[in-house]
Amino acid sequence: MVSEKRIALKNAGKYNPNSIDEYLEIGGYKNVKKALKMKSNDIIDLIIDSKLRGRGGAGFPTGQKKKLTNEAICNRCVQKYIVCNADEGEPGTFKDRVIMEQDPHVLLEGIIIAAYAIGATKGYIYIRGEYTNSIQIIKTATDQAKDKGFLGKNIFDSGFDLEMEIKLGAGSYLCGEELTLLESLEGKRGYPRIKPPFPAEKGLFGMPTLINNVETFSHLPYIIEHGADHYKSMGTEKSPGTKIFTISGDVNKPGYFETEMGVTLRKLIFDFAGGIKNDKRFKAAILGGAAGTFVDDSVLDTPMGFDTLKEKGAVLGSGAIMVMSEERSIFDMIHSILKFFKHESCGKCVPCRVGTSLLLLLMNEAKNNGLAGKQLLDKLLYEAEYMAKASLCPLGQSPLIPIRSLKQYFENQF
Amino acid sequence: MDEQSIISKFEPNKDNMLNILHELQNNNQNNFLTNEDLKLVAEYLNTSYSAVYGVVKYYSMFSLKPRGKYVIRVCKSPLCHMLDKEIVLTEIKQNIGIDIGECTDNLMFSVEASECLGYCAEAPVMMINDKVYTYLDSKKIKEIIQNIKLND
Repeated sequence: MVSEKRIALKNAGKYNPNSIDEYLEIGGYKNVKKALKMKSNDIIDLIIDSKLRGRGGAGFPTGQKKKLTNEAICNRCVQKYIVCNADEGEPGTFKDRVIMEQDPHVLLEGIIIAAYAIGATKGYIYIRGEYTNSIQIIKTATDQAKDKGFLGKNIFDSGFDLEMEIKLGAGSYLCGEELTLLESLEGKRGYPRIKPPFPAEKGLFGMPTLINNVETFSHLPYIIEHGADHYKSMGTEKSPGTKIFTISGDVNKPGYFETEMGVTLRKLIFDFAGGIKNDKRFKAAILGGAAGTFVDDSVLDTPMGFDTLKEKGAVLGSGAIMVMSEERSIFDMIHSILKFFKHESCGKCVPCRVGTSLLLLLMNEAKNNGLAGKQLLDKLLYEAEYMAKASLCPLGQSPLIPIRSLKQYFENQF
Repeated sequence: MDEQSIISKFEPNKDNMLNILHELQNNNQNNFLTNEDLKLVAEYLNTSYSAVYGVVKYYSMFSLKPRGKYVIRVCKSPLCHMLDKEIVLTEIKQNIGIDIGECTDNLMFSVEASECLGYCAEAPVMMINDKVYTYLDSKKIKEIIQNIKLND
């Protein structure tokens, strides 16, 4: 029996998520209390030292992001913002939903700590509109936290104020991208902005903004409690700590598993998720969602980390693992993924608008005429490459990721 | 509650646009936003009608056309697609006679495609209004729809 190592989900299932009193009984909010007694710079140094990396998919060092936001000089420094990205829409990913539904208060704790560290007094949690359960639970949790004085004015007599608001998305995958999310938060169409400037400099309403993923925030209370050295002792050197992996598809026990970074794909699929269904053979896993990579069994023993997977031409992304048995068709899967990109392209920039349509057209033609071959793959790759170079935001840059991995691992399947 | 009093619950800031639109749509019996709603929102937030219209058209959860009392969202993510082999849509069509993007004549059901609903470990899944239904198969879909028809 394998056991998980939990940080973000440490309290999941240990209290009723609708009851802050139960959370307080198991030691809730003590880390906020501790953090608010520290100097904000010390918190940032601690997080930098912990080497925590963003769990949303890109793996950017979280402490660095905080430092940049903290140091941002705004000309008319009216307000700094903190934003929690809970617009989880990457296919195959549901870790943020699990955190919000089972341990909403650890998320709030993380946000309060981060807000204090960067000096933000106004915060938003942007949750996708389809996550009705999460929205309900987070609403209850913030209301209860307000009643207890953990949000609002003068939290724990520290003189620090933080106001929180919940904002709902409305069915746009693209809004999960940080700059697009900020556009959407401002009440506009979810169109991407040009980077730089980054949110740390010019974010929500043009003010310095720290935006992190749900899982990233949920690691902060633990780091405050146990310190950077303990945190670094878990996981790998470059990707320390734990990660929630969401495993779905042809496995016996699909679900979410939080364990140390550096765990192998083999262990995740065959131990945690109980192996391939119906005693079939493993064919492929898609790591990181639609904007992720197909890998074959040669990657089964690679430690899962941002850099280790990169060396293999794969990505960790959001931690999604979609498993395909020998019976499944790679062609159908990439077809479905390209349909997805075509649907979610916002149409603002031409390379992505035309490119996603073109990729799907190529696939449709190949399917109808039975012309799938190496030539098709090369053509897809060619189109996806120019899209990646010319597109404005990560969506247009994404189709290349799965297509390139197919070229590397499954060329013979075409 | 009438539209004006729903809107007035929110501060008149533009960043409340999506939350207001959600609330208005949820309060509409046919799950859609009327032209009047859009005008009210524009006025309240001190912005143009076209800005509100642009937002409503962009987000797939908003509708400008009347929808069924029960909006069925079928997850079309690559994973649900791999596991369901079109069972969900076929079964829905057999039971209520409509396809994606359509609405029944009695305005009871409408069917939409949705991107990943985040229940991949329990695939295939669909949502009906606020509720998620998992591990779908033909029998289960039949029962769910029958239950709704009986209890409505």
